[in-house]
Amino acid sequence: MLNASNLTCIREERILFDALDLDFQPGDIWQIAGANGTGKTSLLRILAGLMEPENGEVCYQQTAIQKCAEEYHQDLLYLGHSPGVKSELTVLENLKFNLQLCSQDTEQCEKLLEQVDLFGFADTLAAHLSAGQHRRIALARLWLTQAKIWILDEPFTAIDKLGVKRLEQRILEHADQGGIVILTTHQDLSLPKSRYQTLTLERIFS
Amino acid sequence: MWKWLHPYANPEVAYQFTGKLIPWFNGIAFILLSIGLFLGLAYSPADYQQGETVRIFYIHVPAAILSMGLYFAMAIAGLSALVWQLKLAHAAIAAIAPVGAAFTAIALITGAAWGKPMWGTWWIWDARLTSELILLFLYFGVIALGNAFEDKSQGAKAVSVLALVGVVNLPIIHYSVEWWNTLHQGATVTKFAAPSMAMSMYIPFVICFFGCAFLAGSLICKRFQGQVLARNSLRPWVKQLALAEDN
Amino acid sequence: MNPALSYRQAFNTILKRDLKIALRHRDDIVNPLLFFIIVITLFAISVGAMPNVLMTIAPGVIWVAALLSTLLSLERLFKNDYQDGSLEQLLLSPCPVFILVLAKIVAHWLVTSLPLILLAPLLAMMMNLHPDGYLALFLTLLLGTPILSLLGAIGVALTVALKKGGVLLSLLILPLYIPVLILATAAVEAATMNSPYQGHLAIIAALFFASLITAPFAVGAALKVSTN
Repeated sequence: MLNASNLTCIREERILFDALDLDFQPGDIWQIAGANGTGKTSLLRILAGLMEPENGEVCYQQTAIQKCAEEYHQDLLYLGHSPGVKSELTVLENLKFNLQLCSQDTEQCEKLLEQVDLFGFADTLAAHLSAGQHRRIALARLWLTQAKIWILDEPFTAIDKLGVKRLEQRILEHADQGGIVILTTHQDLSLPKSRYQTLTLERIFS
Repeated sequence: MWKWLHPYANPEVAYQFTGKLIPWFNGIAFILLSIGLFLGLAYSPADYQQGETVRIFYIHVPAAILSMGLYFAMAIAGLSALVWQLKLAHAAIAAIAPVGAAFTAIALITGAAWGKPMWGTWWIWDARLTSELILLFLYFGVIALGNAFEDKSQGAKAVSVLALVGVVNLPIIHYSVEWWNTLHQGATVTKFAAPSMAMSMYIPFVICFFGCAFLAGSLICKRFQGQVLARNSLRPWVKQLALAEDN
Repeated sequence: MNPALSYRQAFNTILKRDLKIALRHRDDIVNPLLFFIIVITLFAISVGAMPNVLMTIAPGVIWVAALLSTLLSLERLFKNDYQDGSLEQLLLSPCPVFILVLAKIVAHWLVTSLPLILLAPLLAMMMNLHPDGYLALFLTLLLGTPILSLLGAIGVALTVALKKGGVLLSLLILPLYIPVLILATAAVEAATMNSPYQGHLAIIAALFFASLITAPFAVGAALKVSTN
């Protein structure tokens, strides 16, 4: 469904990866691993279409993602390093905006907040919350979204153990329904080994 | 139709090609400028109103035309960088900008020097000079933006957008300044009434113009080579070149 | 499958969010206005506050001050969104980039330029502007400040990823503001001399529509470069 061919990424005159071919099928969970600075985030950003690769292209359903941006963005959920939470807005307002932007109904917001353990914080300004809670606001969308492809950059950062467990559960559920999850993490996934694949990026010395 | 252009989009070929052009450009520029300036400074008649000072025109006008033309060329490079993702265009923009800025500065300085005997002061807010000054600001903006980015190709793309925005605005700025000038100064004496230029002035002027153009071309090629090397420093052919240089 | 968000809905969603954020950060609205007033005060003090001198320089001074205060407030347009990651989310939303860019610019104009336009008559009075110039000043600001916001947004989008974008932004944008400045001050001057200024207004309006149509696309391209 989503595939990348011959990807090369050069950042500040350093080759991060070269001639990378990837193929993501419905039901796949991919963990992108590798030491710091090996280009995990760059790879995710290229797959999401935020960054242009030096070479190669990413195709969604056989069409280059730049050519079908609207359809691709409709089916894509990307969560980057920064959670994209406005500290001037309340938790509920943040969540509602995120949902509205992807044209989803906002009636079940309260229930979503329960899922990510933010029940009772709905009307608190995000500025008063912790980093982990910010990330939870961003993650709350996962329980409602209809996007098929999830690209998650370090989704477990600053999340407590119970939260991680729930999130993994949700990821598994999504893959079982025919979705694709691509994520980076430094922790080991506690999913069954047969359920996910790992791509390890090596540092290239030139 | 564009097939014959394709090999030149390869950095190595482009590097070799511009390398071959430079000596030719240098030679032509030297010959044309020697003839043109000799004719202009020694043989052409002095103006009946402005006297000998008119001779600064053989430098001032070519520089002014080139300053505008180079900005335009930069915008075209920007367009090809954005639309066709042409990596070499990045190098071209970075190569052209300082040369264009230099010609703009020459046009400004010679313009001011010309103004001194004519108006009795070094600077006057004449329409052409003001336009050149704003053009210089635009060039500085392009150069400063390019330098501000750590990542060269990101910087080049940003500069491409800016150059395109600038080139769209350039005529608007030019005409508004011209209009503003007539509004505030009444009918200023325009520096030269172009159409009635005598043949004895026209020929040296054209020769000087092409001399300056080839000089600009040679400078840009040299800078372009440097930019291509800097942007491809990881490629094997650049490394080989560096090794060959060392030995 | 949800129906895709209509352009109008997307526009309204982003506009509402930005206005809400701006209203919760009132300093950001008030500070450029104070800057506007202070700059004009400085001019009046430095040229000696002679009524007829003030009268001649009034249109230019008011417009330059308006332009600088717009420039000052522009940086906020994308900076916070870039830093907290919501800009990426906006770029990846299914609605086209130019819609969201336009919504953000409109929101910015509403909270910074509109108060400035409302405040302008007061400052025109302090600068001893000829009474016939008030309407022209109001109209030129109304048509001209959106151009400043639209063109400025391009510069902001280009410099948003840079750590020290501030001074660079003014270097990029101020030359592009010159035509608006020329036309607007000329219109106000014409009005104070009781001559027609509709022509000036028409050209400013033309520039406004041209930038309204083209600038959002340039901003979109610039944002994509900046988030690259």
